Amino acid sequence: MKGFVHGLFRLRRGPWEMVASVLIAAGVVMLMQPFAMWAYTWSFLVTLTGTVMFIIVSHFPE
Amino acid sequence: MSQLSMDSVARATPPRLSRRIRGLSDRTIAWLFIAPTIFLLLAVNIFPLIWTIRLSFTNFAANRPNAEVQWVGLRNYQRILTDPDTWATMQATAHFLIWTILLQVLIGFTLAWLINRKFRGNDLWTTIIVLPMMLSPAVVGNFWTLLYQPQIGLFNSIVAFLTGADPTSFSMIGDVDLAPWAIIIVDTWMWTPFVMLICLAGLRSIPESIYEAAECDRASKWRQFWTITVPMVLPFLMLAVLFRGIENFKMFDLVVQLTGGGPGNTTTLTSIELKREAFEKWRTGYSSAYAVILFVTVFGLASIYVKALNRVKDR
Repeated sequence: MKGFVHGLFRLRRGPWEMVASVLIAAGVVMLMQPFAMWAYTWSFLVTLTGTVMFIIVSHFPE
Repeated sequence: MSQLSMDSVARATPPRLSRRIRGLSDRTIAWLFIAPTIFLLLAVNIFPLIWTIRLSFTNFAANRPNAEVQWVGLRNYQRILTDPDTWATMQATAHFLIWTILLQVLIGFTLAWLINRKFRGNDLWTTIIVLPMMLSPAVVGNFWTLLYQPQIGLFNSIVAFLTGADPTSFSMIGDVDLAPWAIIIVDTWMWTPFVMLICLAGLRSIPESIYEAAECDRASKWRQFWTITVPMVLPFLMLAVLFRGIENFKMFDLVVQLTGGGPGNTTTLTSIELKREAFEKWRTGYSSAYAVILFVTVFGLASIYVKALNRVKDR
């Protein structure tokens, strides 16, 4: 956990890709879940944030 | 190619062209070779994508090209993301995706594992199993519509034979609860052979010596399966899931032929809804926003999936 947070502060690819992946996965689940309308409404913003973040952070150093 | 024939090819280059090429660097020549592909990609993929993003912020309608186009900002996105019908369409797509992938992976892997064992008629069975994949989705749709007929359909007769129910008491494509399963069954029937073929390639790439070493270490068949077979087939299996996931996300023809999105909207998948909005209601701006949402979803999912795939391959 400490290494993960340290990687985030030092702008390392691994932890940031993890954050982006979690955002994308959460966005897709929110888009397709049958339980809460609010989650569906905000799903695209979450997925878009995750996808753009993924594209940017994949250029960070290892 | 032998040195002699390579020389003769080099000599066949017109002298003027060869003089021109001689002055170019390797990097320039490489760019010259890939430029047509890049140009085609820009024209066929990138330009329409940018144009779609632009249209998604307008009220443009393709059947009224001369009407004034107004900039509506995020209204199209807001409408899609607060519409209960579109939400239901997303859920129908998720239901279709999850079940088809799950069934195809399970049955496909099992079939590949069985086919990989050497037995008499192995090749014949492989050919028979692969046949559905070679048919046109439109043909398969029509063919299964007939099989699902309550009066004369073979499917209903088989279910009636196995369960004792009246074959005319249920309609696979006319019942709200059964129709989503009807399309899942047909897609699984058609595309399981594809997953099977990819798994079979994975199984055949495992060297026999690894199993022999495991036998020497007295590893049981069960342990060999979980510690050798599954990890070594996993990259292939993940590739099959990626292909089927992307294909099923944009599934259109098969479902249109089978149910037309009905009864009601129970089998209306996102691609069918998108086509209706774009080419039946002619709400081009709205449907562009819909397409952008789907694109970002598939792109995001594919990105993390490819990352996971590379990690599995590097293991």
